[in-house]
Formats: sequence, C-alpha cells, structure tokens
Amino acid sequence: MSKEPKNVLHMEFSSRSENIAFARTAAAIFAAQLDFTVDQIDEIKVAISEAVSNAIIHGYKSRSGMVRLDLRLFDDAVEAVVSDDGAGIADIAWAMQPGRTTDADRMGLGLVFIKEYMDDMKLESQPGEGTRVTMRKHLTAQLQH
Amino acid sequence: MKVDIRKQGSTLIAQVAGEMDLHTSEAFRLAIDPAMASLAVKNLILVLTNVSFIDSSGVGAILGRYRTVKERQGRMVLVGLCPAVKRVLDTAGVLQITEIADSERRALARL
Repeated sequence: MSKEPKNVLHMEFSSRSENIAFARTAAAIFAAQLDFTVDQIDEIKVAISEAVSNAIIHGYKSRSGMVRLDLRLFDDAVEAVVSDDGAGIADIAWAMQPGRTTDADRMGLGLVFIKEYMDDMKLESQPGEGTRVTMRKHLTAQLQH
Repeated sequence: MKVDIRKQGSTLIAQVAGEMDLHTSEAFRLAIDPAMASLAVKNLILVLTNVSFIDSSGVGAILGRYRTVKERQGRMVLVGLCPAVKRVLDTAGVLQITEIADSERRALARL
C-alpha cells in the first residue's frame, strides 16, 4: 500500500441508527473509485455497517454522541476508520471472540464479519474514552486466496 | 423497511423489502412477532427478494424469529436471496439451519 492517500473523506454524524445506511453507502461509493468487484464492495458495506452499529450500541449505548468515519483511498487499497468517544472496551481479546455480546439479537457477529470481510482489522479502545476500528481492504487480496 | 404479512394455513408469509440493519430490524420484529403471536401459525416463510443488504443486526432479527418458529416445532424457509444477502447469511451459519427455496410457491409446497 502506497503511503500517501489519493483521496480522503471525513464524516461525522450523530449516533443514530438512521445514519448507518448513510455511512455504509458513502463508504461503498468511495471504495468504488478503485476497481473492486461487486462482492468486495458488498463486503465493505457490511464491515462499515458493523463498525458503526458497534459504536452506536456499545460505545454510546442509549446516550447520544458523535461517530466518525474516516476513509482513505490508496492506489491498491481503501482504509476505513470508525471511531467514537463512547464507553470503550475493557477486554478487547474477549470482545473479538465470536458470540461475545451484550445484545442477544446481534449474536456477537459484528466483529466476526469485519474480520471475515476485510483484509486487515485493528481494534483500539480505552475504557471511558472510546473505541477506534481501523479496517483495510486491498484490491489484489482476492487473487491471493 | 416494508414488511407485508399474510397467513396461509399454518404458515406466516412475510414479504420484506429494504435493507436489514440495526435501524430497520426493530420494524421487522414489530411486523412479525405480533402476527406470529395472534395468528395460529408455526411456520414462517421470509421472502427476501427485495432485500438488498443485511448485516449482523439483520441476521440477529432473522435468528430471533427462527427461535420462535422452533419453539412451535415449525419450520422457516428463506426465499429469494440475492448474492450479498446469501453471503452474509452463509458466513453467519444461518443457511445451515434454515431452508431455502427459489420461490414462495416452492417454499409453501415444502411445508
């Protein structure tokens, strides 16, 4: 991945579930500047949807706050960073395991989907300060499988 | 999110249109749960032909209804999965526990 992004997009929006579709659609359109397949764009949409949903549900719970989506486009990859100033995660290793959830109807699958559909994923969090998920998808990754 | 519901015999048929995520899964639940409770049905056919997107919140909403169906010893059939939706349901393991049919007619014929 080259060092300097060719394009960047910063969005900041209220932690309302109405904004999830807006965030994933924006990310899909942004990523489509590269020659990703339709399947790969669909995967990016799911990953963004999960990260933003996590920020709303786990980061802010019932409180209102701001969620940030930072997109960077490189020659051969797109990077998305979803961050919040919410509750944070005390035990990241625990949170990364399938089925770990505080919300029964989401099955703890959110982070599993991000790991499955993106090529790189990094979760950083400080309890009481917020959470930051960095995800990358590479153009050539599908050829490597 | 739009959900049209009708009953045929012991089966509830729900036509779902839109994107299934955290925001819309509540509307999905509110459309199906009261109908499952008030109508004497045990099976559920979800027609997802017009669902273009689903994430883990949508998967959770489907699995929640699947639990209700199982409690009634019924069956759930999913109809009309586009590639994006099918992929997510496959990753989540949903396709291993529910049935899939090409059309509503074929789904009904199975039950």
